[in-house]
Amino acid sequence: MPKILINGKEIEFEKGMTVLQACELADVEIPRFCYHEKLSIAGNCRMCLVEMEKSPKPIASCAMPATEGMSIKTNTPFVEKARKGVMEFLLANHPLDCPVCDQGGECDLQDQSLYYGVDKSRFVENKRDVKEKYMGPLIKTQMTRCIHCTRCVRFATEVAGVPEIGAIGRGENMEITTYLEKSMESELSANVIDLCPVGALTSKPYAFEARPWELKKTESIDVMDAVGSNIRVDTYNWEVKRILPRLNNEINEEWISDKTRYSCDGLLKQRLDVPYIKKENKLKKSNWDEAIALLVEKIQSIRPDEIAGHIGDMINMESALGFKKLFNLFKSKNLEFREKNFYINSEEKINYIFNSSIAGIEESDLILLVGTNPRHEATILNARIRKTFVQKKVPIFSIGDPGDLTYDYKIIGNKTDVIKKIVDNEHEFSKKLLSAKKPIIIIGESALELKSGKYIFETLKNYLINNNLINENWNSLNILTQNASTVGLLDLKILQTETQDQFFSNLRNKKFKLLYLLGSDNLDFKKDNEFVVYQGSHGDRGAEVADIILPSATYTEQNGLYENLEGRLQECKKASYPIGESLEDWKIYNKIIKNLGLQEKTSNFDQLRKEVLNNIPNFSNLNDLPKIEIVKTNEIKADFISEEIVIREFDYYYTNSISRSSKTMSECRQIRQKTIKDGTNN
Amino acid sequence: MSLKKVHDDQPKEFKFSTENIKKVEEILKRYPNKNKKSAVMPLLYLAQKQNENWIPLAAIKYIANYLAMPYISVYEIATFYSMYNLTPVGKNFIQVCTTTPCLIRGADKIVKLCKEKISPNENEVSKKSNSSWTEVECLGACVSAPMIQINDDYYEDLDEKSTSEILESLINNKPLKPGSYRGRKNTAPEKIASINGGKHA
Amino acid sequence: MLKKEDKIFKNLYNELGWDLENSLKRDDWKNTKDLISKGREWIINEVKTSELRGRGGAGFSTGLKWSFAPKEVGSRPHYLVINADESEPGTCKDRDILRFEPQKLIEGCLIAGYTVNAHVCYIYIRGEYFNEGKRLQEAIDQAYKKKYLGKNACGSGWDFDIHIHYGAGAYICGEETALLESIEGNKGQPRLKPPFPALVGLYGCPTIVNNVETVAVVPTILRRGGKWFSSIGKPKNTGTKIFCISGNVNSPCNVEEEMGIPLKDLIEKYAGGVVGGWDNLQAVIPGGSSMPLLPKKICDTITMDFDSLIENKSGLGTAGIVVINKDQDIVKCMARIARFYKHESCGQCTPCREGSGWMWRILDRVVKRKATYNDVELLADVTKQIEGHTICAFGEGSAWPVQGLLRHFRKEVESRCRDKPLVKKKLNNPYLVDQHLLENKNA
Repeated sequence: MPKILINGKEIEFEKGMTVLQACELADVEIPRFCYHEKLSIAGNCRMCLVEMEKSPKPIASCAMPATEGMSIKTNTPFVEKARKGVMEFLLANHPLDCPVCDQGGECDLQDQSLYYGVDKSRFVENKRDVKEKYMGPLIKTQMTRCIHCTRCVRFATEVAGVPEIGAIGRGENMEITTYLEKSMESELSANVIDLCPVGALTSKPYAFEARPWELKKTESIDVMDAVGSNIRVDTYNWEVKRILPRLNNEINEEWISDKTRYSCDGLLKQRLDVPYIKKENKLKKSNWDEAIALLVEKIQSIRPDEIAGHIGDMINMESALGFKKLFNLFKSKNLEFREKNFYINSEEKINYIFNSSIAGIEESDLILLVGTNPRHEATILNARIRKTFVQKKVPIFSIGDPGDLTYDYKIIGNKTDVIKKIVDNEHEFSKKLLSAKKPIIIIGESALELKSGKYIFETLKNYLINNNLINENWNSLNILTQNASTVGLLDLKILQTETQDQFFSNLRNKKFKLLYLLGSDNLDFKKDNEFVVYQGSHGDRGAEVADIILPSATYTEQNGLYENLEGRLQECKKASYPIGESLEDWKIYNKIIKNLGLQEKTSNFDQLRKEVLNNIPNFSNLNDLPKIEIVKTNEIKADFISEEIVIREFDYYYTNSISRSSKTMSECRQIRQKTIKDGTNN
Repeated sequence: MSLKKVHDDQPKEFKFSTENIKKVEEILKRYPNKNKKSAVMPLLYLAQKQNENWIPLAAIKYIANYLAMPYISVYEIATFYSMYNLTPVGKNFIQVCTTTPCLIRGADKIVKLCKEKISPNENEVSKKSNSSWTEVECLGACVSAPMIQINDDYYEDLDEKSTSEILESLINNKPLKPGSYRGRKNTAPEKIASINGGKHA
Repeated sequence: MLKKEDKIFKNLYNELGWDLENSLKRDDWKNTKDLISKGREWIINEVKTSELRGRGGAGFSTGLKWSFAPKEVGSRPHYLVINADESEPGTCKDRDILRFEPQKLIEGCLIAGYTVNAHVCYIYIRGEYFNEGKRLQEAIDQAYKKKYLGKNACGSGWDFDIHIHYGAGAYICGEETALLESIEGNKGQPRLKPPFPALVGLYGCPTIVNNVETVAVVPTILRRGGKWFSSIGKPKNTGTKIFCISGNVNSPCNVEEEMGIPLKDLIEKYAGGVVGGWDNLQAVIPGGSSMPLLPKKICDTITMDFDSLIENKSGLGTAGIVVINKDQDIVKCMARIARFYKHESCGQCTPCREGSGWMWRILDRVVKRKATYNDVELLADVTKQIEGHTICAFGEGSAWPVQGLLRHFRKEVESRCRDKPLVKKKLNNPYLVDQHLLENKNA
């Protein structure tokens, strides 16, 4: 490995590294504003200047490639003078409004001016004033504070794939703006807030809510989709004030989607804080004893096979397992968690997870989307596809039309016939697929929902196995599930293979007399005479039809395990307490069990967790991918049906009870709908 | 008022004339197929010519779509380069060079004349002559200072008298010819006898 | 003094006609084919022998620059780009070449293009030179008609095309990487170096960027020999150069002279002398606005070449000589230059974006007599903080003229400042030290 001298210390570095990266290896901190690991190098803030031997000028370490034998000094008066000079320029036109700036306390400029700033300004001219710019309901701007690092511009263009932010004008009149101050059409837009090193772009919903040092920070997992982005939940007393991303290069890198970030105001609204009972066709406030007593009375009066349970999209594995055990006590097997009947083969783990892994997308050399719109169904995963597309120009194909995905792809057909042709090696795509070393086939729920869902999955799987594209080293079969709970619940065998389709037909045929909804708000069903129990956190679709409401905790208010779409087990942590009289799910089950008179069958949370961990197939470690295991199973045959693959419309900002309760999300949704109506921006 | 401020009264549509479409095709031929974006500057220039010397937003959109560029990029370019006007200017667009070489030979007097004869403020379209004037940075004709540019043409070696005449000629809609107003051959040295050094504007 | 027959640009004032036919009479396109057939090595060597240094301002050896172009063409084509974005205040030499000697440039392009393995050449002309561009296009069309350009250009076996690309009013596009960005259809913001354009330039391909004058003199050098060129002028500062003499002279003009000619000769012989006589001279900007000015004392003896100007802490730059006599307010002149740089800063990097406006504002206050002594020191600090800390050379370009003013006319500047500074007590603190620590000491 080549070597470089940093402050006289010899350091080995990898080829292709910049001087700044080499300095980091030597534990030398270099101040910076414009440089960001995940973005292209701009080199415009000039804060990272260092001294290089034989160079009369200081060099920008972020942009200079490190070379063998270079001698870099970072602690000389020469360097300090250069940095102090740059800092003075940055501060010259920066307003002195830190006391009212939301970035205060976590501001790069504030922090670095502590080291390189001077306590008195010599800039006696009038400071520059820049008009605020509208950038949508999420981003609050205060452009006078902007230091023109262009991180936001680079993020929008490179990562988000929506080149809508730019710097207009020139010289000291340069201003950052979106085209004619339109809101940014991206599901990743709010990441520019984290990227902004100063308070020019701050969070609009969080404006003036709290100071960063007042907040309690809890490291947790997002449940808005099945990606399992790593997040940090910041709370002030009981309230969740904001949600920020945590770095995890395996999953979300440094980004989270706008829904992940901004649904949190929905945690404060439409909350169910006491049990309710429907009396005279109206939901009336009640108490736990009354509600549980009524529920148990109903359970005992109804035949077990007429009792059914449906588990929602954001339920953790402990709650689901407790629910399953509760249903065992009810002697009912009618459990379901899918919102629509899509085909799933739960025999083997590789049948329902994203086997190539999210980070593995970057290794792929060909991507085929089958009936999926990753941009809406798994925004962060889509960002990874885009990254691979930008870096490697990986060819991307789609069956079905997903619309704008922020990268170029080719639609190779809209009908299931294409799949038949591919597996029969009659399509030109077959050749491309077979010559690829690490292809990725992503099958979405929209495809599995079709009558030919079984055909699509099983034939494609067989084709991949037969062509050795599913092996120990690379598994190109990927299912893109949409809900945070799905993979975990499949592992817990909530779904029985033999009765897979019965729930929906029985529901349709009104076979069930009691329907117990566990945080389930997206089940498509019309209530007639069923007695509906809703256990959940929000007054949403489920609560609307309920006869009994049992208020429970949200994902930020209880601990719980989730498996993301890769089958990676992660822990969601309790950041706050359940509101009012609401309880964590397992406590509610115990209340019911006690009322049933089965005191000895109650179990506490730790017992549930232990049981969950014992029940996960291929489990390796927390936060790790599952163990690879490929079992030769029998080929399953399915009949071919020629039909069109329609990708389900997705109301991105309104997918679950929390986002539907969020004011911010509904603002985003309105703007999105208006743009669709008026024609898109570009 | 800045020429970079987007004009309030915007036309709804913009399209290149058939004649200009032909020019556009010629321009596109100059650049490699992969890099058609290079044509954005000549296209903005054409649009400005076609639209009475200013660029409406519709033209920015039109050009962006034509070259498959994001709107913001074209907008950035239109605001970066000083020759693109985003707001209307006079039919006679007078640019007075006021950078040092012209300044020391009396450019401020020309500015004063413009204020008197055209309009009291920069970038204000005078109704009577359909002209507007603006101060610009060095136009690269320093040995012919002071000088002004009216639309595409340079008027050089000016003094107060000749500037007055030129501005009057615009008001009377009979513009005078561009070139040196001291009767010399381009940038050649003059015989000292024939000139009076103190006499420049 | 340059002999008449040694002048390269014989039609600098258009006395002989600019069109192809007249150019041929001046030996343009004479045995171009033979010159090219001598091969790249020979051309580069001959240019190296001539010791030709780039005429755009930096004065880098042209032969050396050409030799940086990869010898073999790889998967990416090579490009030749001609910088005709002449915007440096005080400079208007390229304009005359474009108007009156276009064939010299075109022939030079073919030779340079062949030498650096480029089949395509872009000439980037500043947008304001609309008529000059039109003229050049006519000349290019004439050359195409004669088959001097296009397929098998001039019978050399080399295919060569020239396209004109207009700028649109941005001084910064004269910086070579900003110019490339501009051709690519972006804002003209300079790129980070390395990589240098010779390896990664236009469209990511190897690109050689040359000034108009540099390329236009090459055919004559090859025809008359590198030795001939290097025999003119001084060692390492060889050949002829077009000087633009503007400002307070009796007869401002462009003139081709030998390198190293005394400044006084240029002003007295060609420009009719300083208005009010040599003794009325206050200062001269010797190389376009970004070069520090020289006071009369230096002007008396200085010779106009790269090295002797550097010795006097200035530079030849573009050889745009701006003469300022004693009737002018020198601070006002320099404040106007500072305003120019404020207006033309691209805004990309911090020191230039924030510093150029700051310098202008301080100077403007000095002109209006609203500054204090402290401001003078501050101004000097600001120039130092810009210089060397920017992405491109614009930082130096904007800081040097102000530094020159302070170096030679500090008394003049201070005389306009308020007698008493705003803060009376002189703390004598180096400002770069945290001042609250020092104040205890001073208390």
